[in-house]
Parts: sequence; structure tokens; C-alpha cells
Amino acid sequence: MDIRLSPEQPTPEEQDAVNSLLGPEISSSAEKLGRHRLLPALWAVQSRVGWVSEGALNYVCHRLDVAPADAYGVASFYRLLSLTPRPLTLAHICEDLACRMKGSEDLCQEVEKHLGPSAPAHQPGMAPWQKSACLGQCDRAPAILVTRSGRISQDLILGEADLAQLLATLSGRSLSPPPAAAKSIPQLGEKGLRLLRRVGRIDPTNLVDYRAQGGYRALARALQIGSEGVIREVRDSGLLGRGGAAFPTARKWEAVAKAPRRPHYLVCNADESEPGTFKDRVLLEEDPFNLIEAMSIAAFATGCERGYVYLRGEYPLAKQRLENAMDQARAAGLLGERILSAECSFELEIRKGAGAYICGEETALFNSIEGFRGEPRSKPPFPVTAGLFGMPTVINNVETFANIPDIVLDGGADFASRGTKDSTGTRLFCLSGSVLQPGLYEVPLGTTLGALLERAGGVPENRSLRGILLGGAAGSFVGPGDSGLPLSFEATRAAGATLGSGAVMVFDDSVDLKDVLLRIAAFFREESCGQCVPCRVGTIRQEEALQRILSRGAAPASREELLALSEIAQAMRDASICGLGQTAGAAVQSGLTRFVLPAGGEE
Amino acid sequence: MSSRKPVQNVEITIDGQLRQVPQESTLVQACQDAGIDVPTLCFLQGMTPANACRICVVELEGSRVLVPACSRQVERGMIVHTESERVRLARRLVMEFLASSVDLSLSETAQEYARRYGAHPERFEAGVGPPPATVAQSVKVDNDLYVRDLSRCILCYRCVDACGEEAQNTFAISVAGRGFDARIATQFDHPLPDSACVFCGNCIGVCPTGALMFKSEHDLRKQGRWDESSQALTETICPYCGVGCALTLHVQDNRIVKVTSPPDNSVTRGHLCIKGRFGFEFVQESEEKS
Repeated sequence: MDIRLSPEQPTPEEQDAVNSLLGPEISSSAEKLGRHRLLPALWAVQSRVGWVSEGALNYVCHRLDVAPADAYGVASFYRLLSLTPRPLTLAHICEDLACRMKGSEDLCQEVEKHLGPSAPAHQPGMAPWQKSACLGQCDRAPAILVTRSGRISQDLILGEADLAQLLATLSGRSLSPPPAAAKSIPQLGEKGLRLLRRVGRIDPTNLVDYRAQGGYRALARALQIGSEGVIREVRDSGLLGRGGAAFPTARKWEAVAKAPRRPHYLVCNADESEPGTFKDRVLLEEDPFNLIEAMSIAAFATGCERGYVYLRGEYPLAKQRLENAMDQARAAGLLGERILSAECSFELEIRKGAGAYICGEETALFNSIEGFRGEPRSKPPFPVTAGLFGMPTVINNVETFANIPDIVLDGGADFASRGTKDSTGTRLFCLSGSVLQPGLYEVPLGTTLGALLERAGGVPENRSLRGILLGGAAGSFVGPGDSGLPLSFEATRAAGATLGSGAVMVFDDSVDLKDVLLRIAAFFREESCGQCVPCRVGTIRQEEALQRILSRGAAPASREELLALSEIAQAMRDASICGLGQTAGAAVQSGLTRFVLPAGGEE
Repeated sequence: MSSRKPVQNVEITIDGQLRQVPQESTLVQACQDAGIDVPTLCFLQGMTPANACRICVVELEGSRVLVPACSRQVERGMIVHTESERVRLARRLVMEFLASSVDLSLSETAQEYARRYGAHPERFEAGVGPPPATVAQSVKVDNDLYVRDLSRCILCYRCVDACGEEAQNTFAISVAGRGFDARIATQFDHPLPDSACVFCGNCIGVCPTGALMFKSEHDLRKQGRWDESSQALTETICPYCGVGCALTLHVQDNRIVKVTSPPDNSVTRGHLCIKGRFGFEFVQESEEKS
């Protein structure tokens, strides 16, 4: 391509950051490195110098043969990349639902007193902190992500954070150790755990430990029973996708295994960003070898020689643990060429997201990997036909993959013996908010909501349960009267709710639900990619209308206002391109009718 | 364009009519053949559908959500409703969303759709509190050839695609930012003369709302002198090189005020280069001198 660059040059530091990723420049002509290196290259600059200057962007464009306007469009899409100077160390304070309930607003006010006002998301300046959407640490709210750019860049998470801890971290005086898994897993050590049985009981940084506990026996068995055998077990298991859409996993695998066009790609969706959801993070941090083994099995079964883990940028510990696990697996001949000396080769790469909820949508995720703006594609074609790089692609969620080794080892029928007839197996639920023991819980699908809440100790004393947001911001509210609701795909669907990502956010009577609804509306406005009209404008009109209604206090909403809000929600649901817009009105609508409007109130 | 392969037909039902349609066609083509007018804004014949405005959605039985007619290919047995209540509501809301956030005063098509679907964008106006967000901003006048009035931009992606691989392969503009802040931008929002823009004007040619406009037209409109009814259209061939691009000269008061090319012209498909698009001043210079 004949690209025209502006005269701005990169600094030696920026050039070095890009070269350390792409290798030194060999000739002045573009080396056909491929556009898919764009996001990693932008990350290389961002994490070295804290922002992406025009000179740096020019150099990246020059190396990758991408037009600078195009790269500018990509860079400006992601919240963790900055196109104006920012401090090397930056605190991102979560302002989402679980953290709000644990005082993140008060924390922000304290921080503001000490550090001055935050930088607004759309025009970041030199302020050392900014507010962030859900960081996936809801079990230890309030949470802060501290990003630190430099030659050795280091990001870390502060859980149950306070001002003193933040100030100590910003000044470089304290580095929090990684959190203990035990705290996130109240069921630790219980019998009958499947997905969580190794969590907290093995060293997640040690392949030997994983193998000592039966790790990699499933891959060996997969190679024995062959591709068709693996897919048969997955089919018999009845496993449905755990990312939110509950699509049968075997149907995807079969379609790709049979697809004549090559290469096939395997993608793990680890862009866990649904507010209230942290299950994938725990699996990635505490049992990373299991994911790699599962992906190797999937790759073998579906004929994929290359795979990607698209990991959200806000999970530094997960990235570190997964990288380490991949290195060890590679060194042990369990990843790469001729895995376990068999005719099976699989190469795996981590792609780090850069702060965009929409990239959890599978086709937006493909675009992001390919170096384009994370805008969803129109479906059909579906990923199994034309996915990553336009080729047949299997894409599954982390938790979905995590089930695979057991299914291969113990058989699909064994898996299907748990749960209900149509929702087989166990499921991870992320409990946060007003429960005594927030954390990650594994229960058989079909367990009632009430039983799950009881496991978490119920709402604190002297409080009463007001509402539960099932499935995160993209889900919907149920009330105290729904404790008998079985948590299965079919039962929640019949009740007009969804399990979604497995988020279960509990609100007691002390929580201002108006504030919760406004935050959900703001979340969707901030996270809409802007591609289609219903979502781009609908999310902002929804927020405005809600603000108007809720700011009036006791004065009731007019019929016209409520009609407008419900029509906005319907248009977004019916006419948006992707799941983000299609669900952007669901929680607001269910929350309004259940809790805020007198006619539909439960209390 | 015209392939010689035998065309296979599939049977679908549109608004109760059984239709045989070529299996390669999209729903919008199938509807056109059936004499049904499906509204479109971002879609432009000859370009890959951007799928962005969603005004063309129709109801497809068995589909959870409405589907975009501009890009959805027909499949055997589809049953489609083009004016159901759900469809009309979605289209009305799309027009209310656009009309409440974008200046559509130069798009007759958009205004017609707003009327057709009974849009009342004023219902989002606040009685109290801040007014609804819009994309209103001042016009970008940074060169002598064309202006950008992004307060009229509906983000249809046509200009980006025309500047990119659909026509010009220059890639001077892209969508930047996200959500309601998304906008058409050059690299780092530089003025056009400092960008990669080659001033072919093909973005103007595809813009459906007047957000991109000849500076000559912009100036005349500002002076209140733009008068399409008095303009003569003269078809000619561009004299600059041997390609033979078809030009349509828009002439008002004996002066060329704008140049376009017919979208269905086999040589240009509506696209030109800087010379054909903007190289007309010498004609009027010489006239004025003589």
C-alpha cells in the first residue's frame, strides 16, 4: 500500500519498543508483517512510554503497512490506549456495580482530595487516576488497576483497596502480592467440585504439579480416541457455551472439523468484561494449564493448528500465569510441534485486549485480533464458516473449555449426569454485592437461586434482599420472590431472565437501585462501539431519559417518558447488530418495572 | 458485473407473496424485484453494505431479532415481513435517533423516511435539565475544494469505504473514537491538507446527507444563493486524460458549481479524480477574462 505519513518521527524509545516486538527493521520497505500485529504494536508503545504519540503511530504504520488514519481509528477505539500524554503510572478505579456497593464512590472522592480530579475517559490528561468500568474483581471490591509503563511495565490489581494502599502503590513503596485463591473460593476443599477442584490446591505456576494431579491425561486420551471420538464425547455431554449465549459446543466443533477450507483457527474468549463476572479470571489465574490442555484437545479435534487466547487487558495476573504455563507446556512438548509425539501440532498465542467490553462479542474479537476496530460483524456468516481471518473458527469461552478435559476423560455421559436434562454439568456463579461471602461458586445447573444465595451466607444481618441482577449488565433483575428459580438455561429463559455470564449481583434494601440503573445505562453508553444507530444513539437516549425520570425524585414518570424508554429498549433489542445493543435495555427495563415504578414494584 | 453462470433461483415469501429470486441476491434486491420499497440510508448500490444505519431491517420468521435487508442473502424458504409492527417501530426509532442527534435538513430521503414512519424526535427533548446530546459542531473549512460538516454526519461509513478499498485506496479517513463520540477523522484529526487526502472528492460523491460538500456549494448556500431548480446539468467527458470519465456539470448562473459522475457509469461508477472533480475553475477563469 502506498501510505502517506505525517512528518512526526518516533523517539528512540518508541522505536525501540516497537522493534522489540517486531524485530529490527531490515529494509526500508514494509516487511509484510501483517496488520494483525497492529494492536500488539500499539500496546508495545503504550506500555513503554504511557501513550501513543503521532510519531510512534507513524512508525507502527510504516512497519506494518497500515494507513495512519486507519491506525488512528483503531488506537482511539480502546480505553487503555491513550493518544495524548499520560503519567507512566495510572490508577483505574472501578466504578461499577459491585465496587459501588463497597464504597468506590467514597474512595474516588478521597482520591480526588489527594490527587486532584480524575481524567475523563474520552479526554485523558495528566491526571494520575481515572474511573474504570468493571475490573472483574467483584469478590474483593472495591478494586483498582494500576498500570505502570516503562522498560519493565508492570500492571497490578489492588483488591479491597483503600486510599493508603493506593498512595503507597503509586509512590512505588508497596507492591501487593497476588491475592490468595482461597478468598475467592469459599467452597475450597469441598468434595464434588469439578471446575474448581484444583483451584487453591495446586501450584498454578508449576506444570509438574498439574501433571501430578492428573493433568494432561485427557489430552493423551483424546489422541487415543481420535477427533471423532472427542467430538462424540462433547456431543454426549450436552455442554452448552458458558460465555452467555449457551450454544451447543459440539455443534461448533463438528462444523469446523468438517469445514474444507483451511487453516482452521481456535480462539478462547477470555475478554471477560461483563460487570459482575470474574469466573474466567479465577480459572486463568489458578488453573492455567487446564485451559491450555483443553485448547490443545479442541485444536486436535477440530483441525486447528493455531489458536489465540484473547485476554482482557485488565487481568495482569492471569496474563502472567498463562504466559508462564504456555512456556512450560512448550518446553515439555505439550504445545507446538508434534504434541506428545503425535501427529498433532498446535501453536497458541495470547492477545491482550485494550479496554473494550465490545471485544467480548466474538466477531468484534476477531476484528480486534486482525488489527481492526473492535466492531462486530454482521452474522451470518457465523464463525464456524468465516471467523478469524475469514476462516472456519471455533471460539469458546474460558469456562466452556475448562470442562473439556473432564468430558474427554470421564466421558460425556458422566458430565451429563450432573445438572438438568437440558442444562448439563456444573456452572460457575460469581456472587457479589450484598452477600456474606462473595466469591466464585460451583454448583450443578438447576440449583435454585435461593440455595445458591444460602451457600454464600445470604444477605448480611439486618438487611433484606431487594433484587438480584442475573447475568450482569446484559442480564436482567429478578426479585426476592424468585428464590425458587432453578439456575438452568431453560428455567431462566422461561422466566424471561438469563444466566448470561454467571454473574449474580445481590442488592439489599440499603442499595440505591436508581443509582444502579443509571450506572448500567452509563456503562452501555460508554461501551457501545458506535457502529450502528440503534445502539450508538439508543444507549445515550436511554441514559438521558432515565436521568430525567430518576432525578425528579418522587414525581412519577409520565406515560410518554416510560413509553419512550421501552421503545428505545425494543429498537435496540430488535435492530442492533450485536448482543451489546440487543441487551442494552434489558436490565434497565426489568429494574424499572420491578423496583422503581409504583405499579410494578415488588415491595 | 454480469456473470454468465446459470442463475439458480430460490423460493421465498415476502409480505405474503411467493417469489422466485436468484440465490445470490440480498433481501433488498428481492424486495425491489417484488415492488416493495425498503428504506436504506447507509447502503449504496455497488458498494459493500456497511450494515450501520439499520433502517432497512425486516422481520424474518424464525429469527430472534430483525435482519438487515441490505446485506442479508436470501435462503430457501425464508418468510419475510417488511412492514410489520416491529419493523415499523424499529425504523421509526432509527429515524428518531438520527433526527434528534444529526442535522438531516439536506437529506430529503431521510426526511421522507421520518415522515413515513411517524418519527417524533422532539420527544427526547428535556423539559428540564440538559438537552439531548447531538453531534452539532462547526463546519470544518480547511481547504478550497470541499468542506466537512460533521453535524450532518450519520456515520454511514460510505466516505471511509470510498476513500479506502471500495474506490480510491487512499485511506485518508477512518472512523475514530467510540460510541456516541465516534466520528469520521483523519490521522490525529489533522486538517485535510495535512492528511493523506488526495482530494478526489469521491467521499462527497457518496455522502447521503450533505456532510461533505463542494466548497462552492457550501459558499452559495451560506449566501442563500444555492438554487438547484435553476441549475442545468450537462453531461460531458473529462478532457484531462484518456480514461474517458463521464462528468455531470452542475451549472448555475452560467458557472459550474459542482461536478458529479453518474453512479451507474461503467467507467467511473460515480468516482472521479481531483482533476475531473475539481479542475473546472479554468473554464470560468477564461470566460471571465475574455
